[in-house]
Amino acid sequence: MKKIAIIGAGPAGIESASILAKDNEVLLFEKSTAVLSNIIDKAYLFPDFSSASEIADKLNSKLINDNITLMLNKEVVDIVKNDSEWKVVDKDGKNYFVSAVLITTGYQIFDARRKEELGYGIYKGVVTSIDMERMIRYNQVVNSINETPKRVVFLQCVGSRDEKSGNRYCSKLCCVTAVKQAIEVRKLLPEAEIYIFYMDLRMWGQHFEELYRESQEKYDIRFVRGRISEASSTFDRKIQIKAEDTLLGVPMKMTADLLVLMVGMEASCGTKDLGVKCGIGGEYGFVKTATPHLCDNETTEQGLFVAGSCKRPMTINDVINDARSAACVISDYLK
Amino acid sequence: MMKYFNPFVLPFVLGTLVLLGICVFKYIRWYMAFDRVQRSKVKKNILSWKFLPAIWEAVLECLFHRKVFRRNLVLGYMHSSIAFGWFLLILVGAIEAEVCIQGSKPFWVAIFYRFFVHEHPTAVSVVFANIMDALLLIVLSGVLLAVIKMVYSKIVGMRRVTKHVLFDRFAKFSLWFIFPLRLLAESYTAAYYGNGGFMTQALGNLFTPIYHEYVEIALWTMYSICLAVFFVSMPFSRYMHIFTEPFLIFFRRMGVTEGDEPTGFTKYELSACSRCGICIDNCPMDKQLGVQGVQSVYLLRDIRYKRGTEEVANQCLMCQRCSSDCPVGLDLMTVRRQVRTKESNIDAYGNYSYTDNIQAFNSVGRVVYFGGCMSHLTPGITEAMMKIFDAVDQKYWYMDKDRTICCGRPLLQQGFLKQAKDLRLKNQSMIIKSKAKLLVTSCPICYQSFTKEYNLPIKVMHHTEYINELIKSGRLKLRKDDLKVVYHDPCELGRGCGIYDEPREVLKSVSNLVKAKDEKEKSICCGFNLGSTVLTMEQQTKVRDAAVESLMYKNPDLIATACPMCKKAFNHATTLQVKDIAEVVAENIIDNGQLTMNN
Repeated sequence: MKKIAIIGAGPAGIESASILAKDNEVLLFEKSTAVLSNIIDKAYLFPDFSSASEIADKLNSKLINDNITLMLNKEVVDIVKNDSEWKVVDKDGKNYFVSAVLITTGYQIFDARRKEELGYGIYKGVVTSIDMERMIRYNQVVNSINETPKRVVFLQCVGSRDEKSGNRYCSKLCCVTAVKQAIEVRKLLPEAEIYIFYMDLRMWGQHFEELYRESQEKYDIRFVRGRISEASSTFDRKIQIKAEDTLLGVPMKMTADLLVLMVGMEASCGTKDLGVKCGIGGEYGFVKTATPHLCDNETTEQGLFVAGSCKRPMTINDVINDARSAACVISDYLK
Repeated sequence: MMKYFNPFVLPFVLGTLVLLGICVFKYIRWYMAFDRVQRSKVKKNILSWKFLPAIWEAVLECLFHRKVFRRNLVLGYMHSSIAFGWFLLILVGAIEAEVCIQGSKPFWVAIFYRFFVHEHPTAVSVVFANIMDALLLIVLSGVLLAVIKMVYSKIVGMRRVTKHVLFDRFAKFSLWFIFPLRLLAESYTAAYYGNGGFMTQALGNLFTPIYHEYVEIALWTMYSICLAVFFVSMPFSRYMHIFTEPFLIFFRRMGVTEGDEPTGFTKYELSACSRCGICIDNCPMDKQLGVQGVQSVYLLRDIRYKRGTEEVANQCLMCQRCSSDCPVGLDLMTVRRQVRTKESNIDAYGNYSYTDNIQAFNSVGRVVYFGGCMSHLTPGITEAMMKIFDAVDQKYWYMDKDRTICCGRPLLQQGFLKQAKDLRLKNQSMIIKSKAKLLVTSCPICYQSFTKEYNLPIKVMHHTEYINELIKSGRLKLRKDDLKVVYHDPCELGRGCGIYDEPREVLKSVSNLVKAKDEKEKSICCGFNLGSTVLTMEQQTKVRDAAVESLMYKNPDLIATACPMCKKAFNHATTLQVKDIAEVVAENIIDNGQLTMNN
């Protein structure tokens, strides 16, 4: 049995660990004190509104395996090539020698406070899509004074496709997430007005376009093409937004009870850090794969593999597929 | 009279006359082109006490080159050894001629004294000969440094030197040659007549065996021609600054300033630029971005020689780093803006009919608070100011809360003068109608506009000044923590308005203020100055990253600034907290209400 180190116990780490553990011994490192921390607070997953907690539970159960050693609260600080082996160093300075390393350190969300003009962290009525997911999950969609909101506004591309914040790329899944959340809010608040401000709507996945259509026809979600330039507070603690409707070509003002910022995905600190240390750092701090088509789990380093959203923004299904393909590639490599 | 004539003096005499003629002609013509305001300033102040400090300033700057010395000792020595040394050579030479020659004599005798006067009648003249030699030696040392500087500029502390046009180089070489030729000519004469000082005589003694009268005349002729060439090229080259700088100093002291449009005064400024290139070294366009040929020295040269300049004028952050370095103190930003000036009849962008509905609020006893457009994009700052006003129980009118009118400066910086003026007039009338006594703004861009471009009858303060006053008067009580804070000087507030101390005093009263690597006048622009029109995002972020690096010098816990633009720029550059001073203060207010409740 060969030893494999997997860094990051998110969906990618757990899925690949469960497959690789059939023939190998897997050391699964996790920086935080819990696994799947990015899924845990989600309510439902697009496109079919399946429960996030159910999926988290199923992934979690895959960890029950004698060949998997899960190490929580164990940050990996360095990975060094040691002849044909790899040396993984944890934060306590302990070394682990393994035959292959899989990096699944994932993403983190864009810190919306960096776009101060949108008022996140300043006005209570401004929340992020992550906050919204929690509100939906616990059925607590309320405005800044704990009242039922009459008007909810979603803003796309916060920290994505945005040169000023340094992220020119598209985070890929916010478009459909906003549509999904808007439908969920509609289900909870049948009376509310719901708007989505967007630059382009990129409904690329299966059923996404249908969901978008449904949101307009069945759920009365209103779409405005244009960016919100600034948010401020009114005297009754509502959020006043200034925007431009670029289809009508007019500037507009709107008062909302809740402004939801669809925050983009950035490379996590661990991804950025390990990417640089292993010499596989790519654009925007994500890790770089050997080639984009045929070797998308391999890196330029032999025995060092990557999977999941540490490579680029990905949906959970993409992450799981990528984790399986990584497991397949690693098995081949270890033969 | 003929005793003191030799044909070789003719080039010099003619050159001098041409130089004086051209200069007088130019200076009069430029003065005639002053605008009404500028001319009235001159007429009003020409016979006033303002003259005295101007004389002193002219001596300090034009002869001693104080600002150049401050920049670098060797550079200062190089400049003043040539300029002041030459000035003394002429002055002492004239005195020498006056003392040693009885009766009337032509003016060129002082210049060619050794050729015409062969004997030392008194001990005094021996002393003079030695003094003149010493002065010549000093000038020669300056020329030597200038030659070395051309190939190794680090000797005078400069990273880069100006790339001069051919004509400037020609003038420069003619200047350099004057002094070795003078040395040779005087030494050669001393070789025969023994009338030299310590240096010319020593060198002359070597020439004694090869002395020939024709060679002597030839050397003096070359010296005279060299002088003439330099004199004639001077009014058309960068050396016009020699005479122009004193004029500029006097005009400035009389209160003359640059206007929106180029005038005769601009001509004085353009010609007062010595093209020393000191503005190049710290220009972010060069230092951080490696863009050459756009710095103030090149812009002024291009304007003066009427080359295409708009492209050069736009390649600038307007961070004023060069203005603070300029040894002549030229108004580089205004001159650049004049070239940026666009057509003023772009109606689509100058439609301000919406401002008609915005009305003033009666603010007797209130402070007018003007957040500024940029502060609307950083609501943390305006919220903090509200909290501070409330904490000191100060009623205010938040003038631009809902319907915003820009202060006009961004338009002005881009060259839209008329549009900027429209906005200024609207704001100005509203401020006056409000009857408030104090205007506080959170944005240094607005602050600079209100203080320099408006004509407001009330006091204007940036919020750092206002908060500082609140703290000093005891109205605002703050707790101090030991957070390590570094302060970034915004261009518009620091170099633009000279406010360096108030923000630091405020920060010292709430935190542990640490130094940045480049501070105050030397602070690096955040890269996102509104004055930049054509810089790409990559270029802006490069400048920004350099500024952040300088701020990280003492590993602070927090970056504090006083400008919404800088705050936004830094927010995306570092994981460190970035806050405005108002926010830092608002977080540390000791609430009076709470105190009494606890008691």
